[in-house]
Amino acid sequence: MTYYASLLSLIPLLPLFSALILLFSKPNKLTTALLAVGSISGAACISLFLNFVFWQQTDFVLTSNLGNWIKIAQLHINFSLYLDALSLVMITIITGVGALIHLYSIGFMYQDKDFKRYFTYLNLFVSAMLFLVLADNLLLLYLGWEGVGLCSYLLIGFWYQDRDNNLAANKAFLMTRIGDTAMALGLFLLFIELGTLNIQDLQVQALSVWSSSNNNMANLCCLLLLGGALGKSAQFPLQNWLPDAMAGPTPVSALIHAATMVTAGIYLIARNSQLFQMAPDVMYLIAFIGTITLLLGASAAMVQSDLKRILAYSTISQLGYMFLALGVGAGASAVFHLMTHAFFKALLFLSAGALIYSLHHEHNIFKMGGLLKKLPIVATSFAIGCAALASLPFTSGFFSKELILEQLIDSGHTNFWWAAVLGAFITAFYSARLFFVVFLGDSKQSPDKQPEKIMSLVLLLLCFFSLFGGIQPSGIQTLMPKLNASGLTTLQHWLPIVLPFIAISLAWWMFKTNLFGKTITVPALQYFHQLLKSGWAFDRIYQVIFVSPFKFLCQLNKSDIIDLHYRALEKISKLLHKKFSQFQNGKLRCYNASLIIFCVLAFAWFIKGALMS
Amino acid sequence: MIPLSWIFFLSLSLFTIGIFGVLARRNLLFILISLELMLNAVVLLFIAGSRYHPTSIANSDGQIMYILILTLAASEIAIGLSLVIHMYRQHHHLDIDKLNQLRD
Repeated sequence: MTYYASLLSLIPLLPLFSALILLFSKPNKLTTALLAVGSISGAACISLFLNFVFWQQTDFVLTSNLGNWIKIAQLHINFSLYLDALSLVMITIITGVGALIHLYSIGFMYQDKDFKRYFTYLNLFVSAMLFLVLADNLLLLYLGWEGVGLCSYLLIGFWYQDRDNNLAANKAFLMTRIGDTAMALGLFLLFIELGTLNIQDLQVQALSVWSSSNNNMANLCCLLLLGGALGKSAQFPLQNWLPDAMAGPTPVSALIHAATMVTAGIYLIARNSQLFQMAPDVMYLIAFIGTITLLLGASAAMVQSDLKRILAYSTISQLGYMFLALGVGAGASAVFHLMTHAFFKALLFLSAGALIYSLHHEHNIFKMGGLLKKLPIVATSFAIGCAALASLPFTSGFFSKELILEQLIDSGHTNFWWAAVLGAFITAFYSARLFFVVFLGDSKQSPDKQPEKIMSLVLLLLCFFSLFGGIQPSGIQTLMPKLNASGLTTLQHWLPIVLPFIAISLAWWMFKTNLFGKTITVPALQYFHQLLKSGWAFDRIYQVIFVSPFKFLCQLNKSDIIDLHYRALEKISKLLHKKFSQFQNGKLRCYNASLIIFCVLAFAWFIKGALMS
Repeated sequence: MIPLSWIFFLSLSLFTIGIFGVLARRNLLFILISLELMLNAVVLLFIAGSRYHPTSIANSDGQIMYILILTLAASEIAIGLSLVIHMYRQHHHLDIDKLNQLRD
């Protein structure tokens, strides 16, 4: 077992060491690529090996202690790693998809002069993410949590010469920070309430301390943790940083803002599922927020014209599905959807990257078109990605989304089910729109170069996973409770299967009649289109509610009212100093005179006192 | 026997002359001399006090004070004079209105 434990500790440490080496040395491009990709691939191999080892076991636990971190009174925090079925799935996704994206990045970023910096950040990110999912206590998890936030910030603003990128990076950092603050408060409260931060102990303690359900403290703790998850996973109302986060290089969008980092919130809730079971109100809130987010994201994705923004909004909406599943207590299917989503969204982003690479950084889908013949590999992978996103039967997205829908019915949340099905319809619609507009129709622009071979290779591998990733959810099967499909009516069984096809037909009809990209003349519809395009105008709302009042207050307080008190103190002491320093004039006779005058006065006063008494 | 009040007045006038010297004089040397004069005025009072004291045991107290103050004055004037000499060597004058470098 110790052998496996040391292997386990290698998984996050390999990328970390590689990042450190890259940080402090100046290797050439080939060495950089070898080191970066090699470390992640090593970690991926180890996680695959661990998958193989724990293939049959259902409730295995593997721990590894890397040393002490904090030891004060009853607070003992170790650098301990904890591996069970959930974290095994997570590390497999992170290292697997991570390794593929690293490989792809070699081709994508080869011309960039900051090749080394890019891979340093990317390695650091993967390491932080692995610490996040392997942590056995919430504080170590929080360390990884902040680490991925930092790397996300650095990578969104990777091309820092452009001001817009920096603004997007700031926005992402600040928005997630709101959630992180809530989460930090949650950690403090949990420690005060339950006396430990170890995740496994927390679940046990929660059961004994908060025995009665509907406990206010349990609700509060879970609400604060949920705040962190909302920020990181771009859920309503903290969702609007994600579309802007697409300012970074496209592989970064694939790795961080689609496949791994944004799933940290899902992982946090799934990991603390027993804690959240004690707060049913919060669970309902999670489901509710998930529903809002999935409809909001999907509807906003319908009208975008920027290729990456469509994918960003679709990510928000798919994360909404995961939250919905978590909220109704179907954590396993949420994690399953997380896995399939990681595959097909990475595929979509990477093929979008290849498209952008071939088309001179063109992002507008209405300036593309008819690319099916010219970029066959990209088109194929895009088609497969879109099919999985639209959950066409027998793609990976189909299995996971079906599972979520079935569990919604099983847990008796029929209204959520309808919302989710509506979301699925919209999802299929915009995926079809995306594919049709970009790859069919008249050719508007021809690619000047084919994507690099290494990029095509990664795309093909991810195609494979997106198609078949749903069939063998290894490890997840053990997590899943046995399903009974008997609870479904015929309508509930067939509607989610048929709807995507209807949506695609609708999209095809609209595409044939040239409705996409046409300027809208009806004012009400135009207004609605604008509203959707700005993602339900959340930026504007926050601008009005938070930014403008803050700026107004700053304007009011320009002279800094509180500071005036301190400046007055300074002025008074300066004045006194001036007055008193006049006594020290260096003239001995003045000193003598004042001394004598004082003595005489004191004597007189003394005598007067004596005479009066 | 001379009345005590006469010696009081003598001592007071000596003291006032000393004060006047300290305040009015600009030369450091004369200020030191005036200081000595003030000390002597006080010493004179002590002597007179001991002479006119009614009891015989406390008789010698004033004289002991006189010896003490004399010693103190001697040592003080020794240090003071040596400082004055040093100062004179540096500045070539002893005008205290100009000797105000210690202010800054």
